[in-house]
Amino acid sequence: MEFGKVGQPSQDPRWRMVNATMRQHGNRSQALIETLHTVQETFGYLDEDALRYVASSLRVPFSRVFGVATFYHFFSLKPQGRHACIVCLGTACYIKGVPKIIAALKERYGVGPGETTPDGELSVLSARCLGACGLAPVAAVDSEIAAKLTPEAAIQRVEEVMSNAVH
Amino acid sequence: MPFIEEYQRIVALELEARKAITHRLLVCGASGCLSSGGDAVREALAAEVNARGLGREVQVKGVGCMGLCAAGPLVAVDPAGLLYQAVTPADAGDIVASLGSGPVTRLLCPTDTPFFTRQLKIVLENSGLIDPERIEDYVVSGGYQALIKVLTEMTPGEVIDQITRSGLRGRGGGGYPTGLKWTTVAKASGQVKYVICNADEGDPGAFMDRSVLESDPHRVLEGMALAGYAVGASHGYVYVRAEYPVAVRRLQTAIKQAKRLNLLGNAVLGTPYSFNVEVRLGAGAFVCGEETALMASIEGRQGTPRPRPPYPAEHGLWGCPTLINNVETFANVAWIVRRGGEAFAAIGSGKSRGTKVFALAGKIVNTGLIEVPMGTSLREIIEEIGGGVPEGRRCKAVQTGGPSGGCIPADHFDAPVDYESLRQLGSMMGSGGMIVMDDSSCMVDVARYFMDFCMTESCGKCVPCRVGTTHIHDLLARITAGKASEDDLRLLDELCELLQGTSLCGLGQSAPNPVLSTLRYFREEYAAHVGEHRCLAGACGATEEVTS
Amino acid sequence: MKPQVKIKTLSIDGRDIGAREDETILEVARENGIAIPTLCWLEGLSTVGACRLCMVEIEGSSRLLPACTTHVEEGMRIATDSERLRRYRRQIVELIFSERNHVCSVCVSNGHCELQSLAQALGIVRVHVPYRYPRLDVDASHPRFVVDHNRCILCTRCVRVCDEVEGAHTWDVSGRGVDARVITDLAQPWGASESCTGCGKCVHVCPTGALFEKGKSVAEMSKRRQFLPYLTLMREERR
Repeated sequence: MEFGKVGQPSQDPRWRMVNATMRQHGNRSQALIETLHTVQETFGYLDEDALRYVASSLRVPFSRVFGVATFYHFFSLKPQGRHACIVCLGTACYIKGVPKIIAALKERYGVGPGETTPDGELSVLSARCLGACGLAPVAAVDSEIAAKLTPEAAIQRVEEVMSNAVH
Repeated sequence: MPFIEEYQRIVALELEARKAITHRLLVCGASGCLSSGGDAVREALAAEVNARGLGREVQVKGVGCMGLCAAGPLVAVDPAGLLYQAVTPADAGDIVASLGSGPVTRLLCPTDTPFFTRQLKIVLENSGLIDPERIEDYVVSGGYQALIKVLTEMTPGEVIDQITRSGLRGRGGGGYPTGLKWTTVAKASGQVKYVICNADEGDPGAFMDRSVLESDPHRVLEGMALAGYAVGASHGYVYVRAEYPVAVRRLQTAIKQAKRLNLLGNAVLGTPYSFNVEVRLGAGAFVCGEETALMASIEGRQGTPRPRPPYPAEHGLWGCPTLINNVETFANVAWIVRRGGEAFAAIGSGKSRGTKVFALAGKIVNTGLIEVPMGTSLREIIEEIGGGVPEGRRCKAVQTGGPSGGCIPADHFDAPVDYESLRQLGSMMGSGGMIVMDDSSCMVDVARYFMDFCMTESCGKCVPCRVGTTHIHDLLARITAGKASEDDLRLLDELCELLQGTSLCGLGQSAPNPVLSTLRYFREEYAAHVGEHRCLAGACGATEEVTS
Repeated sequence: MKPQVKIKTLSIDGRDIGAREDETILEVARENGIAIPTLCWLEGLSTVGACRLCMVEIEGSSRLLPACTTHVEEGMRIATDSERLRRYRRQIVELIFSERNHVCSVCVSNGHCELQSLAQALGIVRVHVPYRYPRLDVDASHPRFVVDHNRCILCTRCVRVCDEVEGAHTWDVSGRGVDARVITDLAQPWGASESCTGCGKCVHVCPTGALFEKGKSVAEMSKRRQFLPYLTLMREERR
């Protein structure tokens, strides 16, 4: 092992995906954001071990890796809930009543945008615009866009994915 | 040239294959219709066609955006020229059975309405007609002919000349003349140059670029390849939002297909010109739409802007001369090269030539995507094409230009939509989002919403934007809560002026626009909140604070 | 052989001045004894144009430009001190004061603080925007130094000196907007940093009392910056 180099955090085969992304970009520092995308996609979030490993492999200072990981809101340093409801905060959704949907979710599940229920079942997240403005207001519930929502329909949709999914 | 013969062979094969087909069912597969069940409709239609043994004569095809998102999922029948709306999988049997005879009247969507007849399509000419995942479809519609023409007949200077003559201006918002930008990059000294396509469509309420990438990705790639040839670049990046997974996937498929046919890659079509394109994902930072921040992000760093000059045209990605245009700008290029700059310049008004794609959303009947000649009036777009405000309510204003733009009140709707007119009205073209508001929207609250956005998206590098946006937001929140004083209004004015005058990048400089435009046209609403603690629209107090 | 450097003539505040074409407005102004306020700029470090205090007016342009990053041009007519510029500068300093908790009377840098002296020079007696009063940490985990985020103005001098001069890149900025913070390594306590060499350069370039030496009491922390021009000069010679 090279001096100062951080080894792969575990034998988890998913690291192969991460290594492949880095290799594809010649292990150069410019691959940082692409690599963090791969880590987030395969592991669901970025933990400290992952940040250390990526920093060392791409030769990017630790503080810059942390800076990049926290500058971009797409990245998360905390594990997300089993299910995710991403509420769109775009202008069209806003004027068509998204604040009421957020309030309803908060009332029903006790979590607001950026929070996860204590049992780890549901994360409520927000996106600045999902680009489905023609169908406003929308939310992405477990990656599927739910269109023309009302507060009741949003809760119903979340209930559906939470009860249907096989754990 | 063997590669061009290969191209012609593909065109011939594709045309031959189409001869056997008597009916085509085109199903919209853009994000809007997908989320209202477009995929299931396509599968049901395909199953129905197979069950009836019509697999040879009837083709079911997933295509790009047809525009009228409000009525999705949409299915078009070719060559009958019918359009069906709000189709469900259960309708598949009736649709297939009706082929060759009369239409299924209960599903018919009239196409003789202004929404369809008033549009003029250049950027969207293939949208809704071709399968975005098949290069053959693009090629048969004349795709990559501009690239072949340029590589075999034109010098880089001649290409730039056509773009200059066309009068094309940047469609990302600023409206900088595209020909001038290309000339600067072409003249810049440097062995290595880059072409970047800005697909970090960040304005909330805008989905033009997403739709173009989802419906006709090759068009953007061809535009970039033409630009690369014109300015002397051999490498391109498409910087696209990670929030657009369908667009990313189709773009990657398109790059692979174009490389296979030697339309991208090393030695394009056997000529000395090479052009490789890579996709880079954004990661949720609006400020990365600013070109210096976007380049920092491609380099793998935080997307913080830096002062300009030096401009990217001279000192861009990794210090090399770099051309940055947005998706819609590139999507116009191949058309201009094929038809000539004059043909493009013949469309439009004043200093704004060609067409513009707009995303209609908010309180409007025909939500969706449209393309109209520059200079079309707001009234024509909103009331005729858009069908006006639903539920008999009164139209109050339209917001254009996203967080950098402003709210234009309904009594200015006769203004033509071009770069200069919108600026005079205190808004801007922006990337093309139009959000219509009715009398239930409070304009102070709308201003607060946009300031919340700017505050959350400020990178934090320069003081006026980092701290100023939070103060302006807090002041607006106090106003909507009915707790503000006249002094607060004065402070609001002062801070807006400071941000415009001293912020480092466009985000901070234009962040006050939604506030200033609402102050200009709806001052009475501010006054009512401050003086009478009353919201004229009856909206404030009912809304929860939304911060992400 | 050095390439020929062209000389440009321009005027600053009505004075005709000759300058090398590779100089910025700020450099030329300082050479000629014209003071333009700055906070993020520091001789010997790269320029970022972030504090916006050095904005100047240029005749014929409606836009204000930062003196620290704008290069001189032939015939430029520059105004560094107008009523409008003074007003903007006061507002920017007030914004900085309102952003975090700058309580001079209990600060180690009282009397030696660039923000404080700037406020005095601009005649600021009252902050017109509401204070935000954020709750921020003080990290005293390092054996010799302390970082007090209450006093940080995010000028990023520490980030730049650590990267560009020391070569460690221990510091960077996490988050964004008003939530941005300077961090060491993976935002661990400074004392646990693996990359920090403990050289103290960051402490001495810090314009306020955000970075200071342990054991210093109120008003005792004055900063020594001579090392920076010295190191720059020696390195230029070596090249």
